[in-house]
Parts: sequence; C-alpha cells; structure tokens
Amino acid sequence: MSADRIDDRINNKIINDKILAVDHLSMRFGGIVAVNDLSFEAGKRRITALIGPNGAGKTTVFNCITGFYKPTGGTMRLTHEGAAEIALERLNDFRISKQAKIARTFQNIRLFPGMTALENLMVAQHNALMLASGLTFLGLIGAPSWRTAEKRAIDLATFWLTRIGLLDRADDAAGNLPYGDQRRLEIARAMCTEPALLCLDEPAAGLNTRESAALSELLLSIRAEQGTSILLIEHDMSVVMEISDHVVVMDYGVKIAEGSPEQVRNDPKVIAAYLGADEQEAIAVMESGT
Amino acid sequence: MSVIPAARPPHAAQPSGSAFILKKALISALVALVLFSLMIGVRTEAGPQGGLIYWTRFGDLAAIVAVVFGGSIIVELLRRWWGPVDKDRIVPKPVQSAMSFTGRLLAPALLVFTFLVPVIFYDQRYILDLSILVLTYVMLGWGLNVVVGLAGLLDLGYVAFYAVGAYSYGLLAQSGLPFPTVSLSYPFLSVDFLHLGPWAFWVLLPVSGILAAFWGVLLGFPVLRLRGDYLAIVTLAFGEIIRLVIINWQSLTGGPNGVSGIPRPTLFGIPLDNSDSGLAARLGIEFSPTHRIVFLFYIILAMALLTNWVTIRLRRLPLGRAWEALREDEVACRALGINVTTTKLTAFATGAMFGGFAGAFFATRQGFISPESFTFQESALVLAIVVLGGMGSQLGVALAALAMIGGFELFRGLEQYRMLVFGLAMVLLMIWRPRGLIGHRAPTVYLKQAQAISSDLVKEGHG
Repeated sequence: MSADRIDDRINNKIINDKILAVDHLSMRFGGIVAVNDLSFEAGKRRITALIGPNGAGKTTVFNCITGFYKPTGGTMRLTHEGAAEIALERLNDFRISKQAKIARTFQNIRLFPGMTALENLMVAQHNALMLASGLTFLGLIGAPSWRTAEKRAIDLATFWLTRIGLLDRADDAAGNLPYGDQRRLEIARAMCTEPALLCLDEPAAGLNTRESAALSELLLSIRAEQGTSILLIEHDMSVVMEISDHVVVMDYGVKIAEGSPEQVRNDPKVIAAYLGADEQEAIAVMESGT
Repeated sequence: MSVIPAARPPHAAQPSGSAFILKKALISALVALVLFSLMIGVRTEAGPQGGLIYWTRFGDLAAIVAVVFGGSIIVELLRRWWGPVDKDRIVPKPVQSAMSFTGRLLAPALLVFTFLVPVIFYDQRYILDLSILVLTYVMLGWGLNVVVGLAGLLDLGYVAFYAVGAYSYGLLAQSGLPFPTVSLSYPFLSVDFLHLGPWAFWVLLPVSGILAAFWGVLLGFPVLRLRGDYLAIVTLAFGEIIRLVIINWQSLTGGPNGVSGIPRPTLFGIPLDNSDSGLAARLGIEFSPTHRIVFLFYIILAMALLTNWVTIRLRRLPLGRAWEALREDEVACRALGINVTTTKLTAFATGAMFGGFAGAFFATRQGFISPESFTFQESALVLAIVVLGGMGSQLGVALAALAMIGGFELFRGLEQYRMLVFGLAMVLLMIWRPRGLIGHRAPTVYLKQAQAISSDLVKEGHG
C-alpha cells in the first residue's frame, strides 16, 4: 500500500493532469458485487490499461464509464481541457458519447455489418452531421452548407480509412472484412466521433502477433497525433506492457495494484491473482525465479 | 443414451437414377393424397334440413395427385439439369446477369409506363381504378418501409395511421379547419371554423399527414422500450384501438355508418364535375367522369413519388443512416452518441405521415369512409408488401405492391382458388428469395463504386 502512495507522488504529473477520475465506484447486480469501491485515475494524453483475470469486473467498469450501466455508488469525473468537470454518473446513454466525448469499442465487435466501412464511419459522425443538415430539413432540400459538411465528413472518414489501411475496402460491407480489419475499423469508427477519451475493450483479442504489433502502433499514433487519452482493457500482456503509461489491476471487483507496467509486472499480488495462488506462494515463486 | 447421428459425408453425391426420382415422386404423391383427400376428395355442406350432406370428388383428387406426381418428377429433373446448387446461387449465371440488366432498366421503364397508364387505358375504367389502388398500396408500402425496412421496427398497426389520415381529412373537410380566436370579452377563447370550399383537399392533405405523424409519435413514446415480438403486439393493439375508437365514438365519427360526402379534390380550385364552373365546361370540352379518375391517378402518383423521393433522400442523410444503423446494432448506436429514442420516433413519425397522406387520398377518392376499411387485414397486406418486396428496397416494394394487389385481381377469375394460387406464389417466393424480391442493400455513400450488399449481412432489426 505504501509503495502505491509513493508511486502516486512520483507520478504526480499524471494525477494533476487527469482526464478521468473514478472514485469509490461500486456496481452491484442483486447480491453480486461486480465492482467494489474502485478508485483510479486516467491521465490526459496517457494510455491507461485496466487488466485482471477473467470476471474481475473490468468490462463492468467500462459499462459504467460509458453509460451502459448506472453505478450503484461512487463518482466518475471527466475533465476536458479548459472546461468544467462532467459527472459521468449523471449522464445517461448516448449523452456520454455526445457531451462527454467518450467513445468505446466492444469486446465482441459491434460494427454495422450490412453497411459499408465508409458508412460505418459516417454513422459515427451522426451528431455533427445532424446539426449540419439542419436536423434533416436543410439536407432534404440539398442546401450548400450541408453538401460541404457531408464532404468534410467523407474526408474525415477517408482519413481514418487510410490510417487503418482500409481505404481500398471502403465500399465493402463491414461484415465482409477479415476479423483484424473489423477490429481496426471499430477503433476508427470510435475515433470518428472525435473523442477526448477512447475506451477500448480488448482491442487485441483474436489478433495474431503481427496484427497486435500494428494495433500497438496505431494506438500510440492516436495518442501522439490526435492527443486522445486511451483507456483499455487487455489480456494481451505484450500490448499492455509495450504501450501503457499506467496500469490498474483488478481482481474480484477491487483494485489490487496500480502503477507503471514495470511495477505491476513485479507485484506479487498481481502474479498471485493471475496464477490463482495466494500472495505468500507467489512471493515464493518469484524469489525462486529470480 | 448413445444416439449417434447417421453418418453422412458432407458432400455426399445425390443418389441418382430414375429409381430415386420415382421414389421421391411417389412420396410426394402420397403426401398430396393424404392432404387433399379431405380437402378436395370429400365436400361437405349444410343440407336443406340443417343436416350435413357430402359428396365425393375422387376425379379431382386423382387429378391433383397426378399433377403432384408429375410435378415432382419435373422439378427433380430440372434440378439435375441445373446441376448442384448451393445457397447463394440457385439461378444460373446467364439468367442472373440478364436479370441484373433488366433490373437496372426496370425502374425507369416502370416509371414511364406508369405515367402513360391513363393514356393507354383511357377507356378502361376498371384498369384505371385498379392502378389507383395499386399506387395507393405502393405509397403505403413505401411509408411502412421507412419503419420496418429502414429502422427495423416491426409495425403491425400501420393501418391506424391510414385511418387517422382518412378521418382527419373526412371530418375536417366537413367541419372546416378549426382555429382559436382570442377575445377580451367572455368566453375569451372561441373556436371558429374556416370553411375551405374547393381547396379542402390541398389544405387538409398536409394537416392529415401532420396529425398522423403526431399519432405516430404518441404511439412511439410508450413502445420505444419494447423490441421484436413485443413491439409487434403493441402496434397491433394500437391499430385495433384506433379502429374501435372510430366505431364507438359515434358523435364524432358516425360510428359504423362512417363519414360520407367527403369533398373531391380540385385542380387549383376548379372542380372536376359537370357543373358550369367545372373544368370540362371551362375548357369547352365534353364532360366525362374519367377526367376525375385520371386526375386522381396523377395525384396519387405524385404523392407516391414524393414519398419515394423523400425516402431516398433521407437514406443519404444522417437521420436515415441512423435508422439503418439502428436496425443493424442498437447498442453500437448508443455508444456512438446517437439518441436512439428520437431516432426511433422520427422513423415512426415519418412512416405515419406518409400513411396519413395516403389515408387522406383514400378518403377523397372514395368520398365515403367507414371503419371497415381499416381492419388488421390492411396492416397485414401492407406489411406483406414490404416483406415481399425486400425490406428497405424501394423498387422491390413497388413490384410487390403490383404483384400483390394487381395479381390478386388478375386471379379473380379463379374465384375460390385465388387464395390457393396466392399462397402458393408466396411460398415459392419465400423459398427462392427469402429476403424479398430485391434482397440486397444499396450503400448510401461510396468512394469509388457502389456495390450491392448481400442480404446475408444486412440485419432485419430486432424491433
């Protein structure tokens, strides 16, 4: 515990410059406590990873942050650059994406399979385009302002398609794309909402080594070029260790460790959680290993 | 408990030879014999004394069984001739390419033909009436297509909006358009009625549409949380409620007696009748009742084309794209910041508005409306048109309306067998084209080339 606090002080810069602060978050489903008193922060322009064994409650945390669940207790504060804090637990549903500018992807890909890759990215720009089309009325009469807005939207979509290397397949149905391409398209679709915080639920699941290396590169470039903060859940430790600035480890709904990838990697509690052994045994394992 | 399924190689060669074909045909004939022995072999009727009398028709039965036997052999031989078929390719390649070629020309050709119908069939009142009916259903189909085909919300009560449109026009045309007047003396607020005279139809047409859209929103609000089957049941109930209210609110709607004497549409205020101020008299030509029919034909054609134009336009706007995205994946829509509630409501309202327009037209064409015209059968018919046409496809819906309404009339000569033929046609269509006549989806925006998207990928929506 004391190690955590010292680490916090060392990483003071992150704490001061946070985009998301989750404070004492709890989520209960009937008698089951999925998330219990969880607190962590995600730094601005940082990649924060949320890891833990299966069933640790990571996706539940995501669903709370992105408004799919209403948390039973606790607060989640989002801070935009030069703007007031937004209490995420008070926003519901689509407003999380619209007002708080949080975009997410899903563990099981949720593209619009019957629409083309380009259309998928156009749907993502719905709110901006809706305004530009004068709530449909200007668009219906084909006003010039709408035409330019539509062209700009196509340009943004083209930019992201180029970025993820799918420009050639822009007019193919999303459901026809290979699995890895679908994963990247979903990230591009989330980025088309121009988010401040991008939440990725297991983006590397089902990808091969080459594809997950490309994914790491994409995420790093998104952070560097768009300045988007990223929060990700991931089981692929090579991705987590390579790109994360900060790692939060959960098990049975509570945070068991937090820190830089190095610190987390060597934390006996984390190893115990992953190996399913208790803490003393894990320490013994580590000591015999080193 | 070790039930091992019969081992069957995945691509077993079909047993060949005439023995197999004969066996299959015999089985089919046997099934037909069992099925039809009671339906056709024996005919029962209530006798003059109330007792049951029956007579046998074994000749007909034998004929049908023979047809099934022969048909089975022919179908099997045809299958052999086409070679092995898989799910995607039932129709041979050359036929397919020919179909796609005609498909591209079909829509413009149909449009030109439709414009010329009153010219070609000027003397045939029956065909003109029928084409007006078909166009009414084309418009209804296109309207419902917004809700069912694009937004993927299964609506079984579409006739309610048709009824709201018809009654809005019928009642408002008789009473005049109410508008409130505020005064400083008691009772401060009074309602005056503006009588519209010859302009009734043109003023009340948009009013009917708006009122129907309003009811669409009213229905939409409580049912937005429901999906799939539950949504279908509630919309079905809504359709019935509207009909029952119309039947029972006698003081307003006239109950089962309906509303009569609904004014006819005029051409810029000029009525199309045989009076001195009528169009025929003004133009100095001989009056003919066909003028009005032709006029009605072009009104409904214009209204249907407007529906089509708006729908096509909407599909390319963010709203229409959101409807389709909603059909594909509602959860993803929410994650992208799309307000699912208002998006669904606009779909309901838009569909209802077109239904209301069609209802107003129906009222002005008939001159008389009663609750009998707005039964569940109408909803089912319009829904069948949308499903048969291929959900989301404008051309498909138009073809399906033509086939359903026109085809139904075509087989009028077959009398009692009409339904049988009709059912058979539907079954065949659903076997060959399970996603409707036009089962693929055209993308709304493209970079290089618009490619049709196979129906395997397009979702039907979950409500």
